[in-house]
This record gives sequence, C-alpha cells and structure tokens, in this order.
Amino acid sequence: MTAAAARSTAHSIVEASPRTKAFAGGLVILYAVITILPLLWIVATAFKSQSDAIAYPPKVIFEPTLEGYVNLFTVRTRQTPDFIAKLPPPETWYDQLVRKRDMVIAGPSKVVPRFVNSLIIGFGSTFLAVFLGTLAAYAFSRFRIPLADDLLFFILSTRMMPPVAVAIPIYLMYRQLNLTDTRLGMILLYTAVNVSLAVWLLKGFIDEIPREYEEAALVDGYTRLQALRKVVLPQAVTGIAATAIFCLIFSWNEYAFAVLLTSGEAQTMPPFIPFIIGEGGQDWPAVAAATTLFVVPIVMFTVLLRKHLLRGITFGAVRK
Amino acid sequence: MTTISQPDHATIPGVSTPAKSRDARRVRGLSDRAIAWLFVAPTIALLLAINIFPLIWMLRLSFTSLNLSMSYLPLRFVGLDNFRDILTDEDVWFRLQTTAQFVISSVALQVVVGFGLALLINRQFRGHSFWTTIILLPMMLSPAVVGNFWTLLLQPQIGPFNYLISLFTGVPPSSFSMTGQVSLAPWTIVLVDTWMWAPYVMLICLAGLRSIPDYIYEAAEVDRASPWRQFWSITLPMTVPFLMLAVLFRAIENFKMFDMVNLLTSGGPGSTTELVSISLKRAAFEKWRTGYSSALAIILFVTVFGAANIYVKTLNKVKQR
Repeated sequence: MTAAAARSTAHSIVEASPRTKAFAGGLVILYAVITILPLLWIVATAFKSQSDAIAYPPKVIFEPTLEGYVNLFTVRTRQTPDFIAKLPPPETWYDQLVRKRDMVIAGPSKVVPRFVNSLIIGFGSTFLAVFLGTLAAYAFSRFRIPLADDLLFFILSTRMMPPVAVAIPIYLMYRQLNLTDTRLGMILLYTAVNVSLAVWLLKGFIDEIPREYEEAALVDGYTRLQALRKVVLPQAVTGIAATAIFCLIFSWNEYAFAVLLTSGEAQTMPPFIPFIIGEGGQDWPAVAAATTLFVVPIVMFTVLLRKHLLRGITFGAVRK
Repeated sequence: MTTISQPDHATIPGVSTPAKSRDARRVRGLSDRAIAWLFVAPTIALLLAINIFPLIWMLRLSFTSLNLSMSYLPLRFVGLDNFRDILTDEDVWFRLQTTAQFVISSVALQVVVGFGLALLINRQFRGHSFWTTIILLPMMLSPAVVGNFWTLLLQPQIGPFNYLISLFTGVPPSSFSMTGQVSLAPWTIVLVDTWMWAPYVMLICLAGLRSIPDYIYEAAEVDRASPWRQFWSITLPMTVPFLMLAVLFRAIENFKMFDMVNLLTSGGPGSTTELVSISLKRAAFEKWRTGYSSALAIILFVTVFGAANIYVKTLNKVKQR
C-alpha cells in the first residue's frame, strides 16, 4: 500500500512530480554549466595565440593554434627577421610555428622532467602507501589490537596537520639527511600522508569482506598469510584500486610540501605550472596547456571513481 | 575460534590445496598476534619517523631563538618567549581573525550551495548522475593549479569574469580588481573556495538525504505534514550529522588553507588575505625565524588536533547509521 500511496500523492518528496523534477534538473544543469565554464575557458586558452589570450574584450571565438603547447615544451630565443631568413627552411611544423613569431627553438623546456617527477613521486608514494595500508588495514580489521581506536585516530590525525607547519621540521630533518629536493624524500613524505587515508579506506573495504571466507580457508589448511593473499586480496581488488587512485590524486595535486621542500631536481608539476613564463609575464597559453595536460588524468580518474568518491572523502565512513 | 564445523562448507571455488612447504610451516608458526603487530608496525614506524619525531624536534625548537638565516649563532633557549610573543602580537591576532572570517564565510556559503544542490539532485531527475559528476570535478583538482588559473579568469582587463560582470551590471570591467582590491580580495578567496568545495558538501549531504528511509516521509504524508514542515522536522534533523561531518572537515581544511590562496592572492593586497598558514610560511621560509614559527606551528597543531578529535567522533557516529 505504501508504494502506491507514495505514487498517488504527486507532490510527495518520496517521488517528485515531473514538474518538480524538471525544475530541479534545470537548476542543477545551470549550476553544472556555470561551474564547468572556468575549466573550459582554460582548455580554450591553451589553443589561443599569445595575443588572443590577452585580448580585450576576452575572445570566445578565435583561430586555434598549437603555439601554447609548443611554447610549453620548448625554450625559444628571439632573433632578427634577417637571421631567420638566412636559416635553412624549418624542418617541422613546430619550427615553422615558432619562426612566424621571429623566434627559434633553443631546446626543450623543463616541463617533461617535472612531469616525470610527478609520475615517479606519485606512483612511488601510492605503491608504498597502499602496500603498508593494506597490511595495517587487514590487521585492524581482523585482529584485536590493543588501543586500536587510539591508533586509528593517531593515524588519521597525522593527515589533518597543516602542511606548512609539518614542513618546518621536515625541512630541517631533510637538510640533515640530504633528502631536500630529492624524489626519495618526497616519496617518503607523501607515503606518510597517504598511508593514513589508505588504512582508513582499506579497513572499510576489508570490513565488508565476510570473515567466513578466510576462516574456511584456514580450516582448509591455509596459513593466515596464504588466506590473505589468495582469499582476501582478490576480494578487495576494487577497494585497493580505488584507494590507490585517491592516493595518486593527492600526490599528483599536492603543492605546499612540493613548493617548500623542492626547488629543481625533484620539483613536481603544481609548483612548476605557475612559473611558466614568456616574454613579459606568465605565458598564459602555455600555462593553460600545462594545466590542461595536468588536469586530464584527474578528470578521467574522477569518472572512474565516481562510485567510491564519497568513501574517499570521508575516510571510508560514509559508504552509500 | 573458527565458526565452521562442516569441512564441506569450507571449500572455496578457485582455491587449491596449499603447498606444505617448509616456508609455509614456518609462517604458520606466527601467531595472529605476531602478524597483527608485523602488519601495523611499518605504518606506525613511518608515521613516527616522518610525523612524530619531527614534531618533537619542532617542539624543542619552539623554545629556542633559532633563526636559519643566522644559524651560525649558538642555539639559545628562551623558554616560553616565542609563545608570549605570538600571543601578544597584534599581527598574529589579525591573521587569525582573517582566517576565521575566511573559514566562517566560505563554509557557510558551501553549506548553503552544497545542501541546496543536494536537495535538487535528490529529486532524481533524468541524467542526474552525469551532471553530478560534472559538478564534482572542481574538488578533484589541484588547489594550487586552481588558484593559478583563477588569476587569469579574474584579470580586470583580459579576464572573462570581469567582462561578464560588466555585461550584466554595466560596471566597466577595468574599474575593479577581484584579487587586487582590499574590499574584494577576501570575498574572492571565498568565491573560488566555494566553487571548488561546494560539491564536497553536496556529496556528503546527498548521502545523508539518501539515508532517510522513505517510510518516514510516507508517514508524514499520511499525517498531512506540509513539505515545509517535512523539511524542518525530517529532512534537516536527519541530515545534520552528515552536514556536521562536511562542516568540520571543511573548517579544518580551510583553517590550514595555503595552496589555493597562496597562488590566487599570495596573501595580498597588503595582508588582507594573509591567512595564518601563509603568515607561517613567511615567518618560517622567508624570514627563517625557525624558533618563532615552530611555536606558531605548535599552536596550530594543537588547534587542529582538537578539531580532528571532534571530527573523528562525528565520523564514528555517522558510521553507525
């Protein structure tokens, strides 16, 4: 009776009327469009020429060019038109593009090494955090550990600390250990930050795997470790993957530690992007190109993760 | 300790009989307790090395007058002088006030926008999951990169934001600067922060709304409670724990805000948007007043630690639902 009653009362919250739905949908879509505009503007700016990017009024329709991307990956020097005229004809499309602006390519920019740093530090810290996190989460989930709640709170509280405040002693410690501006130092630091999220999230996922599975395996003569490897881990694969993506996103996006503790060798993309400079200030098309390349993986991951996002942002506490 | 008595029930598909190698037997010797400690120890050890040890070191330094730009000076202990200096410094109180204003206004705005969006999305119109994913994008981005590209969007002359405002209001676009004007900059960081994090509040509120069983609304319908009454007596009270979770976490995050604001306004103009973290970064990494900034950092730690405690309590409360 209840379901029928709910459907018959059209204005009920349980089942909204078509008109209410259309109104709600309209508002949400309006918000979504407004919220996505800044991102679209950046993607578009990456395809603008320098003069289109800083035109007044701002240009919505423009002739697309790959100059921003070329500028992002190269270092260029300005030359006189006479000098350029004397050069042999350009070999590639990007040489040609640069010469149109009276410049020649002097070499590659630092963007590729920075991108590689982001990848190495991101994947390195994610792997370590998920590995340590899985072990700890399994222990917290399955065994009686004295003071478990306090330990779990301690683990989480380390993630809540203000990064600038944490960076002060880390800076001093890394200076002593020669870890300043090294990938290893950043990997260790990001692992420490990520492991707290990994433990909490994975504990939630492992809690959901019925204990009976392992107990059956133990009865069959498996050891604990074998049961973990062959019974629990295969069941937890989705959870481990989701956790790994969350850790990866954190390391990928992190800025405060990166800007305070690295300056060259181990610098990642976030502190690098704002300092992509052209002649006379920020080279906006190149900055926008870097931002676009940097953000695309995140957008893909967000789509992949959408079912687990809620867990990720509440440390596994809210599941559905 | 096992609950399974019938071995027949214990077979699991895809699991073969384990090899009885010497290794396996040795591992079998490990008690569950040993495994538990073996599994937890590396994580605790890492956190002790990277978080706790430096923290204790910093606590020691907070009682010294160490200045890294003059580190040749012998380490001098000054007792509680740093703490006294900080707590009696008008500038520090001013930064804390700026931070409090930022935290309160941004979290309030995010609650209004986020809760509103959650109520709308909860109507389950067609395509709601696609649009929800679009709305969620900003919160997944790097705050630093967000702060950086908003400076382009907010440029008085060339930025599209001022241009749009001038289209609707007629105010010339170059007559105001969202990041460069004392009266506007505090609102700009609130605006960008809300753009980024309202989806966070939305997502958690949505979970809260979905946790309310339908039969409660059905009972309210039977009792002829108005939609307004239903909202105040059912929807809101039952979402409050979730809302608390979102508010606490956003408040903690914004209290320690550094990355986005550092790139958007870098604390300016003057020090209008100099949040306490930015101020700390200046003291520690520009003026190199390590002793003083360690003391300030300790004060921030204690504050966040207290807030984190309340957060975890709320977290556990929500978990039980």
